[in-house]
Order: sequence, then structure tokens, then C-alpha cells
Amino acid sequence: MKNTDTGQPPFITLGDVTKRWSNGVTVLDGIRLDAERGDFISLIGPSGCGKSTLLRLLSGLTPISDGTVTIDGMAPVAAREIMSFIFQDATLLPWRTVQGNVELGLELAGNTTAAARREACGGLLRLVGLSDVAGHYPRQLSGGMKMRVSIARALATRPKLLLMDEPFGALDEMTRDFLNEEVLRLREVDRFTTFFVTHSVAEAVFLSTRILVMSAKPGRVAREIAVPFPFPRTSALRSAPEFLERVGEVSAALRTVKGAH
Amino acid sequence: MRKMFKEALWPAAVFLAVLALWQGACTVFRIPPYVLPSPPQVFATVVERHASLVAAFRITAVEAVGGYLMSIVVGVLVALVFAQSPVVRRSLFPYTILLQTVPIVAVAPLILMWFKSGASSVMLVAFIICVFPIIANTTQGLISVPRNLVDLFAMANASRASQLLKLRLPHALPSLFVGLRISAGLSVIGAITGELFASSNAVGEGGLGYSITYANSQLQTDYLFALVITTSVMGCLFFFTVTGLEWLCLRHWHESAMKVDAD
Ligand SMILES: Nc1ncnc2c1ncn2[C@@H]1O[C@H](COP(=O)(O)OP(=O)(O)OP(=O)(O)O)[C@@H](O)[C@H]1O
Ligand SMILES: [Mg+2]
Repeated sequence: MKNTDTGQPPFITLGDVTKRWSNGVTVLDGIRLDAERGDFISLIGPSGCGKSTLLRLLSGLTPISDGTVTIDGMAPVAAREIMSFIFQDATLLPWRTVQGNVELGLELAGNTTAAARREACGGLLRLVGLSDVAGHYPRQLSGGMKMRVSIARALATRPKLLLMDEPFGALDEMTRDFLNEEVLRLREVDRFTTFFVTHSVAEAVFLSTRILVMSAKPGRVAREIAVPFPFPRTSALRSAPEFLERVGEVSAALRTVKGAH
Repeated sequence: MRKMFKEALWPAAVFLAVLALWQGACTVFRIPPYVLPSPPQVFATVVERHASLVAAFRITAVEAVGGYLMSIVVGVLVALVFAQSPVVRRSLFPYTILLQTVPIVAVAPLILMWFKSGASSVMLVAFIICVFPIIANTTQGLISVPRNLVDLFAMANASRASQLLKLRLPHALPSLFVGLRISAGLSVIGAITGELFASSNAVGEGGLGYSITYANSQLQTDYLFALVITTSVMGCLFFFTVTGLEWLCLRHWHESAMKVDAD
């Protein structure tokens, strides 16, 4: 829509993306979607509807059966250079310190010196408030801290696209709210585009520019709901009537989808 | 320090109780020394013949360590090959199980017959019984990397080499140490077994295994006991060395090493 002015193709295009497993089950059926730079898109829907699968298709970790995925003009595997994946568990390497974990992405990319990595990751750790634990090992951290390390690691390579699969699903509500604000804060610094899978409607509304409500068997985008609240958003938004109204709308859409079978 | 003292208290108590029982049995039943020498007699023999005990210890230790180191190198290499593909693993793993199930007492004389009887053949016997636990445990560690971590490396376009060096090997380290701990004790058993057969070929003279057969044939039961004690000391020494190394390598991140400083 914005792009009609510039004539540029959208940042991400999914053209009739279909995924069939080898056992013949169709998990995603004809997903069509354009995403602009800076979009924060939440995927919400019943368990098993294919949200994780969609992220894995975008990352190229799972091959597509039919259709096309284009990210910044590239196929998913080639586009890995510009994206990071944040998994539900923090997936930290237990034998590396916090600093070592955050440096992993840059280290594997291989075009930086050790000093440059230390410098860049030190700055990032300051940004997420983890400087004090830079030398700690993951086992010494709480769940929320581990997740922050995981986020810092993902951002260290300055990705343009961030894929997050229920990153805060295992955390308590206070930590989750806190990290939601943190994600938005980091997004102000570096305007990455995000696909975010969640089961929490409030979280989706708080973070997103768009929410895709998915239906299951086969997975389709049943409804798209835009979230027009301006950024930066603060925790005050959570108690605003228009916020609660939007939460109600998404919840209702989710109920319809679940009631379908 | 105090904690260490507390830790040692119970084992020490058990030790003293066993000694007391042993001494009691010797006096009460008046067992002749060539059947069961009393603790003071054994102690006297250890002191008196410490020179030959130390010499025997040295010879056997070299053989055991040699076989052990060989089994680490070969075991890790084989595990690396096994970790490459399930097909390789499925077709070759059964044969490594053979290594463990074939009775070493049957294989040892063959090895000593085929190869020149001597220290290197004894090492080979030790190697054979040490290598299986290392292969099995290291392979398990290499292939049990969580899928998410593999995906993480794939997302970073990591090369096979860096996946191996920075993910699979460190992840396999705790499992490797499980194998190393088991094999540490086995290496001593292997070396002793090898020597038992080497001695009949009139070589390998002087090792603990050789001396055990000798003491046995001469009915020097007190010396036999002294040799058994020396052997146990060697086994414990190996075991604690490996455990210490494990603690050094894993203390920061792995549960098995963390227990030490847990409570
Ligand atoms: N490799 C696979 N082979 C076959 N079926 C699979 C595979 N991976 C996932 N599935 C199936 O595909 C469906 C969608 O899975 P997916 O993990 O994408 O769901 P989800 O929406 O993320 O669910 P949840 O909310 O529980 O995480 C599920 O029914 C799942 O069992
Ligand atoms: Mg999922």
C-alpha cells in the first residue's frame, strides 16, 4: 500500500505458499501476504495451525511445497544473511558465557575480528542491560535473562528480518510485559521487520502493526487485523480503552476460528 | 576444607570397620597367613617390598595409560565417523559391540601370540577393552545435539567444520567424559589381564599382572594382597585424575560437574 507511491516491491512476499508434509497432510494452504519494512506481524491461532511451520518456511529451515517466498528479492535460504531466528527456548550454548553467546552469530558469519565482536556485543549487552552478567554462564541466569541474551544474540548481526516463535511463552506475565517493552525499544533503535508467533492476544496487540489470525486444517490466514497505535508504545497503552477494544476484537476473531471445528 | 573432611569421614569409617572385621576374622578363626594374612602383615609386606611394588606399578601404569590414550584417539575418531551418517552408524555399530562382548581373557592370549609379546601388546589389550565405552558415549553425545541448536547454526550459515568444532564437539564433551571415566578403570584391568598372558611368554616381567601370577604360584599371599592394593591405588588414581579433569572442563556449565559446588 505504501509502496504504490515508490513503486518498490514489498520487502517480503508470500505467493500462495503451501506446505504439505511427506505424509500428505497439508499444513499451510495458499498463504498470500505482503510485508513492508518495519512491519511487526503477529501470528496467532489454534495450536497446530502451522504458525511455527510458516516461520520455518520463511527461514528456509523447512522447504516450501508450492508457491513462492521472496525476502528482499531473495529466496529464504539466501536471505538468512539478513535474518535472525529466536526460538521458544533461549537455545544458548551452555559452554559459552553470555558474551560468547551473543558473539556467536558474528563469529559464524566470519567477517569480523575478535576485537570488533567484543566491542559490538558489549554495546548490545549494555543496550539490553546485561553488561553485569557478560561473564556469566547460561545456567546462572533466570529464564527472562536467558531470553534477553537470545534476543541480543539475534540482533548482533543487525538483521533486517526477525523471526520469533513464542519467545516469551515460558515466562511469567511480568517478565513477559517487560520484555515486550524491551523488544519495542530495540525496534526503535534498529527498525527490523518482525514475524512474531504468540498465543497471547494482549502481547500481539501491544507489539504488532498487523495481526494475522490463522485457522487450522489446513492453516490459512482467516483474518487480518491492523493495529494502528503509534510508536513508541509504552506500558500505559495496556490500560487504554482502544487497546482493550482491539484485544476484544482479536479474541473474538480467534474464537470464531476455533469454533469452526 | 571442613566440607572435604566431612565428605571423607564416612568412607574412612567404613575402611576402619573393614580392617577391624578382617583382623577379627584372622584372630578368631586363626586363619593361616597364606590363606588370609592379617592387615599388619600386609602392611609390613607393603613397606618391606615397596621398591618392587613401585617398579611393578610403573610398568603397568605405562601400559594402561598407553592403551587408554590410544583408545581415546581412536574412539573419538571412530565416533566422529559414526556421527556423520546414520547409515555408517547402523552398519558398523554392531561390530563395536563385539569389542565389548568378546571375553578379553580369550582375546589377550591371541594378541600376545600374534604380536610380539611385550608392553605394546599389553597396551593393545588395554586399548581393546577401553575403546568401546569411548566410542559409544562420544557418538551418543555427538548425535544428540538439540534440533534448535542445529537450526541456529544453520540460520547462521555455519560451515560443517564450525558446526563440528563449535557445536557438536563441545556438546559431546560431557558424554566423552562418561566414557573416559568408565575406561579409566578398565585400562588397569586390561593391562593386568594382558600381563597375565604376557608372563607365560617370559616377557612383560615385573608388571603388576605378572607379579600377581608369580605371587600366586609361590603362595606369597601377603605379597599378593600388597599387589592388589597397589592395583586399586592405580585404578583410583586414574579415576580421580579423569574426574578432576572433567571438573576442570565442565565446571562452569554442566550439571555433572556442578554437583560438587552445588550445596
Ligand atoms: N516435520 C513434520 N512432519 C510432519 N508433520 C509435522 C512436522 N512438523 C510439524 N508437523 C505438523 O504440522 C502441524 C503444524 O505444526 P506447527 O508446529 O507449525 O503448529 P503451530 O501452529 O506452531 O502450533 P503450536 O501453537 O502448538 O506451536 C502440526 O499438526 C504438526 O503436528
Ligand atoms: Mg509452534
